[in-house]
Amino acid sequence: MSNLLTVNNLTLATADKVLVEVLSFSIAHGERFGLIGESGSGKSLTSLAILGLLPPAIRPMGSITLEGEEIVGAPERLLGGLRGSVVASVFQEPLTALDPLMPLGRQIAGPVRRRLQREGRDRDRATVKGEVHDLLDQVRLPDPKRLYGSYPHEVSGGQRQRVAIAMGLACQPRLLIADEPTTALDVTTQVEIIRLINTLVEELDIALLFISHDLAVVGQVAERVMVMRHGRAIETGDTQQVLTRPQDDYTRNLVTAARRFDDALEGQK
Amino acid sequence: MSSDPHHTPKRKNITFWLSLVLVGGIALAGVLSFFWTPYALSDMVGGRLEAPNATHWAGTDRLGRDVFTQLMVGARIALIVGLGAVAIGAAIGVTTGILAAFATRFLDDALAAFFDILIAFPTLLVAMLVVAAREESSLDTAILALGIGLSPIVGRITRILTKQVLGQDYITAARVSGTSWLSIVFWHILPNIVPFLAVNLALQFGLAVMAEASLSYLGLGAPPPNASWGRMLQEAQGTVYTAPWGAIFPGLALFVLVIGINLMADGLRDSFDPSKRGV
Repeated sequence: MSNLLTVNNLTLATADKVLVEVLSFSIAHGERFGLIGESGSGKSLTSLAILGLLPPAIRPMGSITLEGEEIVGAPERLLGGLRGSVVASVFQEPLTALDPLMPLGRQIAGPVRRRLQREGRDRDRATVKGEVHDLLDQVRLPDPKRLYGSYPHEVSGGQRQRVAIAMGLACQPRLLIADEPTTALDVTTQVEIIRLINTLVEELDIALLFISHDLAVVGQVAERVMVMRHGRAIETGDTQQVLTRPQDDYTRNLVTAARRFDDALEGQK
Repeated sequence: MSSDPHHTPKRKNITFWLSLVLVGGIALAGVLSFFWTPYALSDMVGGRLEAPNATHWAGTDRLGRDVFTQLMVGARIALIVGLGAVAIGAAIGVTTGILAAFATRFLDDALAAFFDILIAFPTLLVAMLVVAAREESSLDTAILALGIGLSPIVGRITRILTKQVLGQDYITAARVSGTSWLSIVFWHILPNIVPFLAVNLALQFGLAVMAEASLSYLGLGAPPPNASWGRMLQEAQGTVYTAPWGAIFPGLALFVLVIGINLMADGLRDSFDPSKRGV
């Protein structure tokens, strides 16, 4: 079976600094893949490269194929088509990922309308509104009627992130990239959002690229993980394998540190 | 979107209503002047340099024309020129500002430098150059000249505001979901810069009104038979010691309109902020 996403020897560099070095990995259809790394390890840049949204100063080399289409060096027209149809993204901070001056319903309606247009279906107000309500239901948001007209600052952080997820799903992508989607949320909300992402990915049978610095979070989501440090892949493998029997020193340190932290928490109880 | 905690709703309302009364009063006089004025504008209806009295509420000028009539027509001219200049300045400034923010490094730098150079020229000087280039002083020329004069300031602010918005995650999110640049400009960038821009445009409106008075004072504004506060000031200059009201009234009208507009800019900022809606 061909992979949904294949990253081959990807190198990202500015004029004087290499940020990501010869990175290779692939994600199969419906697979949940985790990318672990400390800040500055190049994991977010990798996700931007997949979306074709790198800042102009950073030159990508190597190859990224998404459903057979080459992303590196692709014209904006092709990228625009892939974004919002094959790949969608959820960001770290839902407050800034939503337009503060646009009602939530309209923000979800934008990608919904583009999808309907792509599918050659009716785009009248009622159809779009119906689809938006379905999406709000899908991300388990209560009272869609009220939310439709609410502004981002009027709802809670967890609800904002659910709206952001609904926006990502609006275009029915094959791959959802979640870049630290729980980092800005409190712990109970984190659990809910992770559970939601897991359910949705299962229900809709889409692949997931989950990016986080938090081993425990990635462990709950991903089937396979890759650990990154200083722009290089250190270890790739089955999540259970990597988190219980890490091969690399750095990964081992991460796991021990996380375990020690957990133990400390347990001890307090 | 900074919210000032000391800015209580009550005080906001008072300043806003005050600004409405000030600007509204002038606007009413200006609109009314289309249909009715106490006397005909150019008729010599009284004695020379009469002090304000029951028949001539603001006195007469040195040719015996009614000053109040001139003030009313002047209000109309000030508002037309001010609004027209802001409209032209905004059209040019917002377009070039957004273009610069989106442009490649070189074009952006070039446009930014161009704005800075134009801003270094006083607005009035740029306006005078435009009047000189068109070789006639008319109402249209004054509007065009002041509009061009204001445009670099609007352009520079638009560029900076747009760049700020472009750096936000929701623009990336919009691009990820396949939104075209044009839609991003209309649905995300413009709504997010308008609150800041509107306040600035309102302030520019005040500046345009004053610049119009200055142009007219220099004889480069709307020519007679249009009355302009600036020209009234200039004509009253010679008699300011013997008949000061000829200068006081147009000066006062200018002051009232400009301060009203500035207060309105304040209210405008609050009304655009959705977190303050319904407060």
